[in-house]
Amino acid sequence: MSEMRNDLLKTVDRIFDERCPKAVRESAEAGEWPAALWQALEEVGLTRAALPEEAGGSGIEFEDAMFALRRSAYHAAPVPLAETMLAGRLLAAAGIAVPDGSLTVAPVHSGGPLKFAKTATGATVSGTARRVPWGNLCAHAMVAGEIDGKGVVGLIATAGTAESAEKNLAGEPRAFLRFERTPLLAFAPLEGALSRLETEGALYRSVQMAGALERTLEYALQYANERVQFGRPIAKFQAIQHMLAVLAGQVAAASAAADAAVETARLAPDEFAVSVAKSRIGEAAGKSAEIAHQVHGAMGYTREHNLHYSTRRLWSWRDEFGNETYWQTRLGRVIAARGADALWPMLTGS
Amino acid sequence: MHEFRYEPVQLPASAEALRSEVRAFIAGEVSRGAFTPSQNSWSSFDPDFSRKCGERGYIGMRWPKQYGGHERSALERYVVTEEMLAGGAPVGAHWVADRQSGHQILRFGSDRAKQTILPKIAAGVCYFSIGMSEPDSGSDLAAVRTRAIQVEGGWKISGTKVWTSGAHRTHYLIALARTSAKEEDRHAGMTQFIVDLSHPGVSVRPIYNLYGGHDFNEVVFDDYFAADDMVLGGVGMGWKMVTGELAFERSGPDRFLSTFQLLLESIRAIGANPDARAANEIGRLVAHVATLRRMSTSVAGMLERGAQPIVEAALVKDVGTAFEREVPEIFRQLIPTEPTLGEGASYPELLGMTILRAPGFTIRGGTREILRGMIARGLGLR
Repeated sequence: MSEMRNDLLKTVDRIFDERCPKAVRESAEAGEWPAALWQALEEVGLTRAALPEEAGGSGIEFEDAMFALRRSAYHAAPVPLAETMLAGRLLAAAGIAVPDGSLTVAPVHSGGPLKFAKTATGATVSGTARRVPWGNLCAHAMVAGEIDGKGVVGLIATAGTAESAEKNLAGEPRAFLRFERTPLLAFAPLEGALSRLETEGALYRSVQMAGALERTLEYALQYANERVQFGRPIAKFQAIQHMLAVLAGQVAAASAAADAAVETARLAPDEFAVSVAKSRIGEAAGKSAEIAHQVHGAMGYTREHNLHYSTRRLWSWRDEFGNETYWQTRLGRVIAARGADALWPMLTGS
Repeated sequence: MHEFRYEPVQLPASAEALRSEVRAFIAGEVSRGAFTPSQNSWSSFDPDFSRKCGERGYIGMRWPKQYGGHERSALERYVVTEEMLAGGAPVGAHWVADRQSGHQILRFGSDRAKQTILPKIAAGVCYFSIGMSEPDSGSDLAAVRTRAIQVEGGWKISGTKVWTSGAHRTHYLIALARTSAKEEDRHAGMTQFIVDLSHPGVSVRPIYNLYGGHDFNEVVFDDYFAADDMVLGGVGMGWKMVTGELAFERSGPDRFLSTFQLLLESIRAIGANPDARAANEIGRLVAHVATLRRMSTSVAGMLERGAQPIVEAALVKDVGTAFEREVPEIFRQLIPTEPTLGEGASYPELLGMTILRAPGFTIRGGTREILRGMIARGLGLR
């Protein structure tokens, strides 16, 4: 681990240890904005960490920003850090100034596209967007779509657009936004804006799942070593050891897939690497959550134990920005179209 | 914090140059009919091909030049290995000697062993088998009963080894034998010997596998004489060397590419316009193999830096061999065919051969259960 990475790890872990206790997670699930936690993240520049320096970034390498995101998920931090990073990166890519504060993105769900229209003074967006993450709590949103068949991104103020908010399984808000000729504060062309949003969103959810998986494994190892039954820690039973070894294999694969996707995404996400990551990590998420809960027995099924903060996130994030079937099918079609003989060169990059 | 870091590996330019060279070599051999690509790559015995690999410097790549090696890096060796396996090249004759026996001799062998044996391995004309398992000692390797008794100038070995792949065609094996009575520490008192299979006192009998193939053997030692300079490492060092050797062979591409030809041929059979289900399954398996390759190259990078990534390596084998076993199970349901006995010349034969070989993937080189025990130990559970 580089020195930069080590320092970052200490900073990030300190913030989450101090500012993200159980009470904050619970109040966030009840709908309260975790202001102190968010402010602490802003103060050290993490909310702008994925931006290039010239767009107001914190001078942190993209890989390190993704590492910080992974740690935020390890700590099950109830904040729209991924969404803020994602919106900022797309706005910056289109040359739009990134506003302060929390940001979200729309659309994130397949459905009717948002309609963009040019006006005398600028442009507006109309339509509805479902399950916009933190859409009722973020002041601004990056919206993506097309004008005259060309990709475009814009910035809007979300005030007054949220009609209702559902929650994902982790209790994170997923809002229904309605736009009626909502003015764009800024807009600019961005090639393939919608697919860029989808792919980059899948990358961030992959990274978050890798972090939540690391925590899930840690909880399971700790519990197995502490819980005594039949006169010894259950970690001493071969059946439990083998379950945990399988869990470790899933977590290791997820970790490797996330790293590979991040490394190729410095400028823009690589579709192959993201397809692999979201597919592989989504699969690992379900299998790992199952094993971790089995190891924890009834204790892991309670609200008291912390395991659910990680597993409920895994069960949510694996379905956001495309589930395994979506990305696997997409990847499979690409492989089949290129033919068997192209597979090995694709895997080895040459 | 249990963080698995499969650090990225930047393959050096020399490795990428080697990749093109090996690919061209394999394509040339295939087009002139020297071999048909087979996923039994590292169990396909072809001395002509091995000799050519030796001539081209693809064996003993990391060894010193004085022993016929090429002083290449672990990553360069990795690239050659994965290209051979992905290309279905018949590397089985020299495989064990190159992957592990030669490495052991280089580290622990006498001067005579190094000088007489290593150059021949590197030339692709000298092959090895592994002499670890016995009738009553498989996963429980410390239970070996083959005994070596010290005599004038060397040792007399008696006992039986089983599952000795290729011993009817290889020149040597490395035998693990008990050299002192069992003590409290059941891992003590074992020693490794280089055994010349052409010498008297050793006999090889076939053990046919479930589809009638001959790969396994039973090897019986009856007062076989091993000279002192055929002892590997110190007397009593056997256990440590054997476990080190196994750790070294766990994370290579041979642990997830055993069914790669079936994956390729299935993609070919399904064609350019797969239905949703087929596309889904192809995508899933490709996501697995891409991730495994990342994990495996990363471990090669760690080995190159002198680290000992024992858990990371064991995880590659556990996850990799599980993937290998899934490939035939998935495609048999997607492609309307019945698996057929044969050598793999058609798709039904390739599928059939893979199904029949699949049980071995999660047994050879340490069973899945033994590996999971090692992983559990690495996780602090035992």
